[in-house]
Amino acid sequence: MKTNLKAVLTGTHTLSGNEACIEGAFAAGCLFLAAYPIMPAIETIERYLKRSAEVGATFIQMEDEISALAAVIGASWTGKKSMTATSGPGFSNMMEHLGLGVMLETPCVIIDVQRTGPSLGIPNRAGQADMMQARWGSHGDYEVITLAPGSPQEMFDFTIKAFNFSEKYRTPVIVISDEYIAHKKEKVVIPPADGIKITPRRYFKGQKDKYLPFKRDKDFVPRMVDIGDGFKFHVTGLTHDDKGYPIMLEECQEYNVHPILWKIRNHVDEIVEFQETGTVDAEIVIVYYGATSEAAIKAMKQAKDMGIKVGGLKLDVVWPFPDKKIAELAEKVKAFVVPEINYGQIVSEVERCSYGNANVIFVSHGEKGINNTDDIVSAIKLALKEKERKKGIIEYRSQAGSS
Amino acid sequence: MEPLKMIEKDIQPMDVHPMNDILRMDRLPHIWCPGCGIGTAVTAFAAGLDKANIDLKKTCIVSGIGCTGRVAGYIKLDSFHTTHGRGIAFATGIKVANPDLKVIVFSGDGDLISIGGNHFIHAARRNVNMLVICINNFIYAMTGGQVAPTTPLAAYATTSPFGCVEPPFNIPYLADSSGAVYVARWTALHVRRLTNSIAEALNKPGFSVIEVISPCAMYYSRINRLGDGLDMMKFYHDNSEIRHGEDTKNLDIGFQTKIIVGKFVDRERPTYMDSYNKWLSGTKKAEK
Repeated sequence: MKTNLKAVLTGTHTLSGNEACIEGAFAAGCLFLAAYPIMPAIETIERYLKRSAEVGATFIQMEDEISALAAVIGASWTGKKSMTATSGPGFSNMMEHLGLGVMLETPCVIIDVQRTGPSLGIPNRAGQADMMQARWGSHGDYEVITLAPGSPQEMFDFTIKAFNFSEKYRTPVIVISDEYIAHKKEKVVIPPADGIKITPRRYFKGQKDKYLPFKRDKDFVPRMVDIGDGFKFHVTGLTHDDKGYPIMLEECQEYNVHPILWKIRNHVDEIVEFQETGTVDAEIVIVYYGATSEAAIKAMKQAKDMGIKVGGLKLDVVWPFPDKKIAELAEKVKAFVVPEINYGQIVSEVERCSYGNANVIFVSHGEKGINNTDDIVSAIKLALKEKERKKGIIEYRSQAGSS
Repeated sequence: MEPLKMIEKDIQPMDVHPMNDILRMDRLPHIWCPGCGIGTAVTAFAAGLDKANIDLKKTCIVSGIGCTGRVAGYIKLDSFHTTHGRGIAFATGIKVANPDLKVIVFSGDGDLISIGGNHFIHAARRNVNMLVICINNFIYAMTGGQVAPTTPLAAYATTSPFGCVEPPFNIPYLADSSGAVYVARWTALHVRRLTNSIAEALNKPGFSVIEVISPCAMYYSRINRLGDGLDMMKFYHDNSEIRHGEDTKNLDIGFQTKIIVGKFVDRERPTYMDSYNKWLSGTKKAEK
């Protein structure tokens, strides 16, 4: 694929998370966006339209989020890298086609700018309560790759990574940010086009009549073709064979669906990414992602100044979850402190992967906003005081809040 | 030469089925019941594709869910069997991403008008260039005969055991008032006219809708005591009336009432891509 130089806005810019996300998408080669307006994701659409003419990218505002993701999956089969952007309520609508995207094994990227919930919640306040929905929201068995950027720069970087993962594993990939990162403006460095690693689509190169849309290679990833190339292929959301023809048998369910999970599960080590700070001799490790990164880093510094041996583990890729890393740390550390802007989601994964070897303290940022480092520091102190191994998650309650 | 031999010479035995190029022969036999009208509509579609003289390599078909939703799976084009009601949304993505493709949505009344009703009216409003073929059998057949948004008043279904109490949608009127540029209705009996309509609509730029009234001998007919598929075809024969250009307001279908068929709408309107490209060229000029 030829690189469109106008698509990569090389240089240093001041961008919001939403704007950086679209610049990342263009840099990754995205040429199609279908979306439905929603707070706080709307600036992505506006940024896209501002630049689409010069980049040569296509846009359509659909009638709802259901059709937006349907159009994205359709567009992806024409050979254009495609994406959509939404927030919680729209993300719920998209679950239907997240499943279709998984079953048709169609590369596409979904940006979920989280607000609070359930239902409408507060449209312009950050939340992190869609984390489990990203993993389990659609019915049936599937694995999904989800990246959680913690700054506008990461919004740019991770959106490119998301497109690369989606092409490499032929699957929908979710970038899960939130209102705080979406609207925060920061310095974003965009490298030159030749400095950006792009994974091209993996095409089938054989004879026209030999193409099987779901014939897997050794990595369990099938090859793609474009509509209009004369392959006359068929794909269906029903359980299907290699030809894409529906077969209503349990054997086929196993043959079809299990490898869709394997193609992610067998490559967990290549997909999972995290950033470790000072975990080597840490007694306490803060596990954080997305908008809580800032508060967690500040809290880490404060605790270190107090002489506490504290480290940090920032999850860049949230799904698949870094089970091994958490299990390995759990054997060394006294406790994990997990701050989240919800009432307990990723913390339960940390607790699961600790296998009872470390205490898990949950800090909900529900009451005091997202930048309250005091709660995290107090939770670290609480974790140090705790002599026993406690079963389950210990929920930290701030002094100001209800007991 | 004797007459009999002359005939023998003229009629060559065929190695392959005449629709071999259009149908996925490795998927036959199909799932449709005896007496169903979908097969006839597919035959008309295959003939229409041939007649329209279009590049089949650049043509794709999208279906939703249901009995008619299975059509895409039997057609030898780039074909997509998608989620319930979202065929048009999926097809919109394809068409906008690659305007060189010819896009056909082939689905049923429940799929397109009930769960997919919103996508139907919006695609018509935008005038996205695609042909929608809607098989109307007045019922949800795949799930066993439930009431549909097209079930005539007083007709029975498993979920309207005392007769349907909701007025049905008049599909041509809905398409017309939403902005479709080509609207026609035929029954599964009008194979030749349906074929011509499909061929014509395939070359019509914009959102075209062809409704095909089809017998459901298994559910709609049985619960309403209307006989088998052939009896329903006989009913269409005796009770359908061709009225080209009829005002779409007058096309309501009651329980076993007259069915008005024909081509009702054929007009010009800028398609979505026309307007989009106009906007795009305006933007590019402004940049210079």
